[in-house]
Amino acid sequence: MNNLIVLPIVLPIMTGIILIFFSKHIVVQRWLSLISLLAFIGIASSIVQQVYTEGIQTLYMGGWLPPFGIVFVADMFASLLVLTSGIVALSCLWFSFRGIGLDREKYYYYPFFQFLLTGVSGSFLTGDIFNLFVFFEVMLISSYALIVLGATKIQLRETIKYLVVNIVSSALFVASVAYLYAITGTLNMADLSVRVAEVGQTGLLNVVALMFLIVFSLKAGLFLYFWLPGSYSAPPTSIAAIFAGLLTKVGIYALFRTFTLIFYHQPEVTHQIIGWMAGATMILGAIGAIAFSDVRQVLAYNVVIAVGFIVFGLAAHTTAAVEGAIFYLINDMIIKALLFLLGGAMIGIAGTSHLQKMGGLIKYHPVLGWMFFIAAIALAGVPPLSGFIGKLLIVQGGLTAEMYWLVGISLATSLIVLYSIMKVFMHGFWGETKLSPKEEKGSDKGLLAPCAVLVFLSFALGLGADFFYPYIEIAAETLMDPTIYIQAVLKE
Amino acid sequence: MEILMSVVIGILFMVATYLILTKSLLRIVIGTGIISHAVHLLILTMAGVKTGSPPLLGEEAALYTDPLPQALILTAIVISFGVTGFFCVLAYRAYKELGTDDMDQLRGNEHE
Repeated sequence: MNNLIVLPIVLPIMTGIILIFFSKHIVVQRWLSLISLLAFIGIASSIVQQVYTEGIQTLYMGGWLPPFGIVFVADMFASLLVLTSGIVALSCLWFSFRGIGLDREKYYYYPFFQFLLTGVSGSFLTGDIFNLFVFFEVMLISSYALIVLGATKIQLRETIKYLVVNIVSSALFVASVAYLYAITGTLNMADLSVRVAEVGQTGLLNVVALMFLIVFSLKAGLFLYFWLPGSYSAPPTSIAAIFAGLLTKVGIYALFRTFTLIFYHQPEVTHQIIGWMAGATMILGAIGAIAFSDVRQVLAYNVVIAVGFIVFGLAAHTTAAVEGAIFYLINDMIIKALLFLLGGAMIGIAGTSHLQKMGGLIKYHPVLGWMFFIAAIALAGVPPLSGFIGKLLIVQGGLTAEMYWLVGISLATSLIVLYSIMKVFMHGFWGETKLSPKEEKGSDKGLLAPCAVLVFLSFALGLGADFFYPYIEIAAETLMDPTIYIQAVLKE
Repeated sequence: MEILMSVVIGILFMVATYLILTKSLLRIVIGTGIISHAVHLLILTMAGVKTGSPPLLGEEAALYTDPLPQALILTAIVISFGVTGFFCVLAYRAYKELGTDDMDQLRGNEHE
């Protein structure tokens, strides 16, 4: 029992509720949400430290022991992701002080931001599969509101599609939970793992596993990513950045959780399919990233590629691959948010998101340009930045698992990632300067500091890999060996 | 009873799929409502329709009905109610702003 675990969920939701009462006092809202996020990060890091020293922490809601009550579990994987989401959210929040505009701030931007964070950290920490659905919905409903906030035509149009896709996938989620409950008679993830191991994962359970795969793939943008580029290019910068940083990652987390804890008995069926889906995602994402010459579209397709790459680590299912996937996941949360923020700053300055219409920004915005460059090479995995270690480990794991084709695809798409981001860099920052400082549509004043935080973190993750590696190792160990998780929750 | 329920759920899913695939926005809203309804019935059916006495300790029955699915449905209903409400408002606003409720005309690739 550790009551600290519930704080990453309670703190943002309480802050969000309080913020509603200050809807017209923007300064109060800004300070309150900033302080709350700082406290969130403090709590999250102390949870990480506790898990590191004392092992997996659990909290039984209302004192009901599992498998009957709802349980919150903080293992290393979940708590690291909670901490990273806190940091990413902090940068995006800081960016939105100048980047989001007064109208949106007045119409409950900050409360929804906090509710989104509640849903994200709740999904990471819960140990009950129906509760996972509930937190998914908390997150999704806030994201519907955030994506349409401002109600421009393009936002309304894309929100309808995003909403329909997510309602259908949520319905499928509940349906698969129902089937799972009919077969096993429990919803607690640890207990599910025990029971699935007892009855053996055959026929029906494989079908349920594949239904979960479809549901989480829709949320994560794995193969079924058709909704993603449109939805992620509609909302304003800081919202798109928090979506790119957090939302798809929650889907990936759910995939990792279910397919390492519950449905890990028949990798030749499930993990094989996951592998193929990951490969297809990488290829299709790469095609999209090359095809478009619109900053937002290129970045959105890069989100898709990264999803495929991380899930490839899951499909390989060796210790090295899972370690690499965790490392790359954390790196990707930081870098994707950073790239969207920088891309948003670029679009703000140039007044267009079309690459052919901008150019030479680096002349008047050198810091922005070089930060974009650093983010680009970190994303592609050039050492010593953070992307490299994750990539190396995943490729190593893939080779051990003898998935040569997928390793080849992932390395080839890495080059394409580098090409597509460099295309943005070269067209946007180099070449003839098209706008003099007076003609620019916006400024980057106040927007660069939050990005610098993330750049620094990316450097820290890359150079201080030795320092972070023990944490990643513990996280991967828990994922590879479900008994650790089960014993911590059920305490047999 | 379970067989009948399964057939009903199947029909509901069929109707919902048809409605979601139509062009009119309002039909899609109704379709999403029906699909969540079908899913709620599915939970109830999957846990077995009424096999024992009410799950109260004083009853001392040999067999109790499982109360958990009803708790799950209650949560799911609240969520789908909220989402449907949001969708109705969104559809209305989109109709006002975009001047159409035809999904074919909501396509578009232009970026502002």
